[in-house]
Amino acid sequence: MSVDLSQFHQVFFEESVEGLDIMEAGLLDLQPGSEDLESINSIFRAAHSIKGGAGTFGFPSLADFTHVLETLLDELREGKREVTKEAIDLFLQAVDCLREMIVALQQGQETDAERANELKVAFELMLNEDGSEGDSAAASETAASNEAPAQTAEIKVQTWTIYFKPENDVLRTGNEPLRMFRELTDLGDITVEAIEKDLPAFASLHPEECYLAWNIQLTGDATKEQIEEVFEWVVDDSELTIEPADADATPVPDKKDDKTADSAAEKVPEQVTNASVDDEIKTDAVAASNVEAIAPVASSSVASTSAPKKDAVATTKQAKSSGLGGEATSIRVSIDKVDTLINMVGELVITQSMLGELGTEFDMSRIEKLQQGLQQLELNTRELQENVMRIRMLPISFNFNRFPRLVRDMCQKLDKKIELKLTGEETELDKTVMEKIGDPMVHLVRNALDHGIEMPEDRIAAGKPETGTLTLNAFHQGGNIVIEIIDDGGGLNCEKILSKARAKGLVGENEDLTQEQIQNLIFQPGFSTADVVSDVSGRGVGMDVVRRNIEALKGSVEVESVEGQGSKFSIHLPLTLAILDGQLISVGVETYILPLVSIVESIQMEAAKVNAVAGGCTVYRLREEYIPIIRLHELFEIDTEHKELDKGLLVIVEGGGEKVGLLVDELMAQQQVVIKSLESNFQKVEGVSGATILGDGTVALILDITGMVKMAGIKQSELNIITAMSDHEAA
Amino acid sequence: MAVILAVDDSASMRQMVTFTLKGAGYDVVEAVDGQDGLDKAKVNKVDLVLSDVNMPVMDGITLIKELRALPDYKFTPMLMLTTESSGDKKIAGKSAGATGWIVKPFNPDQLLSTIQKVLR
Repeated sequence: MSVDLSQFHQVFFEESVEGLDIMEAGLLDLQPGSEDLESINSIFRAAHSIKGGAGTFGFPSLADFTHVLETLLDELREGKREVTKEAIDLFLQAVDCLREMIVALQQGQETDAERANELKVAFELMLNEDGSEGDSAAASETAASNEAPAQTAEIKVQTWTIYFKPENDVLRTGNEPLRMFRELTDLGDITVEAIEKDLPAFASLHPEECYLAWNIQLTGDATKEQIEEVFEWVVDDSELTIEPADADATPVPDKKDDKTADSAAEKVPEQVTNASVDDEIKTDAVAASNVEAIAPVASSSVASTSAPKKDAVATTKQAKSSGLGGEATSIRVSIDKVDTLINMVGELVITQSMLGELGTEFDMSRIEKLQQGLQQLELNTRELQENVMRIRMLPISFNFNRFPRLVRDMCQKLDKKIELKLTGEETELDKTVMEKIGDPMVHLVRNALDHGIEMPEDRIAAGKPETGTLTLNAFHQGGNIVIEIIDDGGGLNCEKILSKARAKGLVGENEDLTQEQIQNLIFQPGFSTADVVSDVSGRGVGMDVVRRNIEALKGSVEVESVEGQGSKFSIHLPLTLAILDGQLISVGVETYILPLVSIVESIQMEAAKVNAVAGGCTVYRLREEYIPIIRLHELFEIDTEHKELDKGLLVIVEGGGEKVGLLVDELMAQQQVVIKSLESNFQKVEGVSGATILGDGTVALILDITGMVKMAGIKQSELNIITAMSDHEAA
Repeated sequence: MAVILAVDDSASMRQMVTFTLKGAGYDVVEAVDGQDGLDKAKVNKVDLVLSDVNMPVMDGITLIKELRALPDYKFTPMLMLTTESSGDKKIAGKSAGATGWIVKPFNPDQLLSTIQKVLR
């Protein structure tokens, strides 16, 4: 039967990537000179599995490369060689190289042979350095694995004489001599004679031991190698001679004490009898089944029982049940989560049947029962919703795990000493959100390492410990997940930021900003305080991109920093992108939804604080800020009675770093809404991020704050300058 | 039909082995490491054990040793799946009670022909 191995490739790639993660984590844990066997073993096992799979599934380049790695790892494991920093570095490079190779193979491309070869040479150099036998072992194995079964040279019918005496407890390894005889019959005609001279007296016979030896004559076109292969598993513990019988020797006849055997097998003692022992053995009450199995062989010479054809194997093709869906992304869900769901659906069914029963004969006396039922339904629904969401949740450790390596590499590059602490790794987050938050986090971490944490000498001079600390922390807060990136570095220099912002015209000359406002200026487009542009974290243009990416996930990012002590970046993200905590607002007859996270505050406007400024824009003076006002009824062309600004309700929202005030008629309920895509059901509408269906069945649009700010074409930061200047002139 | 216990920590190898064996009509019990294999062998009486050697929790050699000590598995054939070219692992396996070995990498045909020899 032929099995299509390609169906296992996807699983092999997935587990290899997991194996590489394990290797990387293990390598990062490993200290030079350490004898941490547990880590080394897990690294070895991962490499070993990749090698085994690569060989089996037909990726020789991968198998070859892993083999060299494995040889070195094996020496570390056996304590033949010490763990050095160079070795760890080399292994880490190899992990990267393997990763690339796997990606290439997965996409059906050629692997980068050059890089693999370079590393291979480096490994071989390291292996040879100490003159250990590793290399020769490596060479011999590759030779062995390349060795083709080239035993088809010449086919010649001849007779072999085989003497076989297994050790006494051969049966206890599951090796039945009968099996070997059967295999020999596949190679030709055989005659077997049992030599029972070592058979003890019945009283001292142990039914689980084998006391017999055999003389076998095999006639056929078999080679010596083929015969040796039959005894491969037992040869080390047995007496075995395989010799060609005399060239002219005729096939052994079925005679009991044929002397031709003697000429070849000198070891065989004279007394070769065939007295049957099977009756005795069978009567032995404790005779094990295996003894019975040998007995018939011992009792008579088996002449060429033609073997049943091997290829008569039923080839019942299995339906491809392995569930290999190609590229479709998948998610692994713990069985607990699925069980919980099933449990909840069960409860829901109970509630439904209770309500159903109520409905059939309903009268007002049972209204209380109905209310209870509805409450129960609400509870069931909410629990079910939460748990369905949890299926998409993965622990954030999936994301955090990439950072130990990043920190290690950057420390080497920057010559800094930094310790990474991870906390709250088990905090769960939606898979999609997790995937999208990866890049912004890498950016923030790189920044913290590069610009945040100081050089060791500077730290010592500042009275800080030489080794800096970078902490990644995650926790749940309300319906959000908060991810913190904390460093104990130099912190943000507010003066420097402010002067740069003024120079760039982001902040007016006389404008006073709070410390918090100044620090958050770093998220403005094109803002950089880095004196030296490094190749590690770039030129600092990325912070606005970081914020934009996070806001695209309906999240927010802010920074808190104390100069000289460090900075803390906090990312707030919704747990899922499918559900939104919304504030319902009404404008005329329409209902809209604002994401709750974007609302700063809601105020009843005072006429005196409303100013019109140049460009037909109206602003509201809120404490020290000027907030541009967007009249929702104008934007959406809705007729409403609430058009007066001085009595209107203003909802201050923040999006894309800009604050705007939305003039609304009324604030309604706050509720969780399920987001339905407008794009996939209708088309993209500017200023609207999606829609939802409300409890009464009507559709409400979810407003996209950033989009609306753009539509309104106003920038609060510009406004602040304009209005501040006009205030100044007026004064 | 004969029941085979397939023990390997690698999911792809397990899938390949199971698919091949089931295709040939055997029943397969899968286990992810030695301990899992031991537990499953105690519950299901299997006719042949195929075990990887390098595995977390419990390695294949320990598994074979433990199984051999059980009355049910005194004579059951147990094969190691091994990439080790050095004889060390084979000798260790043999003294633990392994019947023999199949050297990795192997293809489904090699696997089947070996198993058929042992189980015939």
